Amino acid sequence: MATKILLNNIEVPGLANFQVYRELGGYTALEKALKTLTPDELTDEVKKSGVRGRGGAGFPTGMKWGFIDKQSEKPRYLVCNFDESEPGTFKDHHLGEFNPHLLIEGMILGSYALGVKDAYIYIRGELFYVMKILDKAIQEAYANGFLGDNILGSGYSLNLYCHPGAGAYICGEETALLESLEGKRGNPRIKPPFPAIVGLYGCPTVVNNVETIAALPWIVNNGSEAYAAIGIGNSKGTKLISACGHINKPGIYEIELGLPVEEFIYSDEYCGGIINGNKLKAVVAGGSSVPILPAELILKTAAGEPRLMSYESLADGGFKTGTMLGSGGFIVMDHTTCIVKNLLTFARFYRHESCGQCSPCREGTSWMEKILMRIEGGQGTMKDIDLLVNIAKHVEGNTICPLGDAAAWPVASAILHFREEFEEHVKLQKCPF
Amino acid sequence: MQENSKVPEFNSETLDLIAQIIKRYPEGRQKSALLPVLHIAQAENQGWLSPGMMDYVASLLQIEPIEVYEVASFYSMYNLKPVGKCVIEVCQTGPCWLKGAENIVAHFESRLGIKPGETTADGKFTLKTVECLAACGTAPVIQVGTEYHESLTTEKVDQLLDQWKAENKISHKNPYL
Ligand SMILES: Cc1cc2nc3c(=O)[nH]c(=O)nc-3n(C[C@H](O)[C@H](O)[C@H](O)COP(=O)(O)O)c2cc1C
Ligand code: SF4
Ligand code: FES
Repeated sequence: MATKILLNNIEVPGLANFQVYRELGGYTALEKALKTLTPDELTDEVKKSGVRGRGGAGFPTGMKWGFIDKQSEKPRYLVCNFDESEPGTFKDHHLGEFNPHLLIEGMILGSYALGVKDAYIYIRGELFYVMKILDKAIQEAYANGFLGDNILGSGYSLNLYCHPGAGAYICGEETALLESLEGKRGNPRIKPPFPAIVGLYGCPTVVNNVETIAALPWIVNNGSEAYAAIGIGNSKGTKLISACGHINKPGIYEIELGLPVEEFIYSDEYCGGIINGNKLKAVVAGGSSVPILPAELILKTAAGEPRLMSYESLADGGFKTGTMLGSGGFIVMDHTTCIVKNLLTFARFYRHESCGQCSPCREGTSWMEKILMRIEGGQGTMKDIDLLVNIAKHVEGNTICPLGDAAAWPVASAILHFREEFEEHVKLQKCPF
Repeated sequence: MQENSKVPEFNSETLDLIAQIIKRYPEGRQKSALLPVLHIAQAENQGWLSPGMMDYVASLLQIEPIEVYEVASFYSMYNLKPVGKCVIEVCQTGPCWLKGAENIVAHFESRLGIKPGETTADGKFTLKTVECLAACGTAPVIQVGTEYHESLTTEKVDQLLDQWKAENKISHKNPYL
């Protein structure tokens, strides 16, 4: 059994209640940190643990905290990114719903390390019911002296608030999220300056994903070395994988990084194999934005090595034969799946979610959707396939935020690996599925 | 469902809630409360944001009406046109599509006699398609108000529709209460 850092006790009934969480050892990491660690020592622990951001980009968390402007006289903010809108990703939803105090304890730890006095959890508006669970848990934490003034007599004070979004994937991008938290449209800001220097209300700010924050209590309790001992290479610790699509056991799994992909898909401990004994056709391994890989390449790298669930192994082969761990949204497709149609749903998603600020993204996502509709509808031409590749190339790297890339990669990779299927649509003048 | 020409006004309980929300942000940053307040305003206005309601929200937060309009039009959860009493939002993104979301949409269409984006003639139901709701492991998924309904089948859709018809379902309720 893999070490459980995030999903530990998640099945315990009533874990969302303070009392139950506390009896299972909850808030002991906070007690320990406030008594035995200075904020800088805590930041150091996080650095040494090697934990990387779980929101998708995988940036080392301790290093990010190190960028926060400590010279500034302004207040600092910690904002938890609970926007979770990347198709295929549903891990934070689960964690927040069933173990809200873990996230809250993590937020207090992170805030203490960063010298933050007011912290926010930005949660997508669709998950209002989860926000209410969090709000209730926050009230319990205040009532028990873990939030508010002079926490546990340490002299450290913190307020924590939830803030709902209102339906916009782009607000998961950290600068768009900050705009949204300021009550504006979710238009990403031009970087630099980075939020660590100019963030919320122009103040130094760290934005971290729910899962990143939720790992902090374990790291404090067990030490950075214990955390760093789990995993492989520069992929330390555990990762939540939300698995969906054509598998026998869709759900949220906590894996030790480095688990072979084949074991993840086929073992009964995880996905339990493909439904109806069907053949595996393709996997989108890290949320809709990452390149799709055909069965051969997701199970083994181009060099024939077993592919592992880690940042490095999934990226092995670059964009030609590899992909990315991303957010951990693992979408499995069996042999009955039309790759073009699946891609069309993604293209529609990105067109709908583009904030419209940059013309390559605004126009490109709209063209890609239209052309894919044409091909899927049986009116496409061979030239359309090349046109798609061309548009994807022009969108990639030419935009303010990475949504442009996120829209381009699925298109480019689907055509790279499944070109015949696009051609078949054109030749037959209809969808073969 | 004509727009009420009367200036809207929240009751004192709602105003208290809004005052509490505004306190979560620093002095002078009350605009931060705009998204939460618009959720409340929409619920208090039959599920949509009329110009009159948006102007009222602007006055509550002491910001310009245009600041409210530009935000309301950006976020997909805000309806800028009247909707039915019960708004049904069906997820249509890849993972839900893989698990038969199109059949679910088609079933709602045939049971309600409307297409996505439309409202039934009796004003009871609006059908919408939406993007990934972060519940793909239990696809297909729909949202009604703050409720999620997961692992849907056409039988489950029938049950839900019968239930909603019987209870005269209203999906817009103040989500904070
Ligand atoms: C279009 C787009 C959407 C994103 N959505 C999310 C999201 O829903 N949740 C999240 O944590 N990060 C998301 N990110 C990444 C954030 O910008 C940011 O890197 C992350 O919140 C940092 O936290 P971490 O270092 O703990 O991962 C998104 C990025 C982009 C470009
Ligand atoms: S890349 Fe797209 S989503 Fe990002 S800022 Fe530009 S238009 Fe907006
Ligand atoms: S695709 Fe429907 S919930 Fe994610």
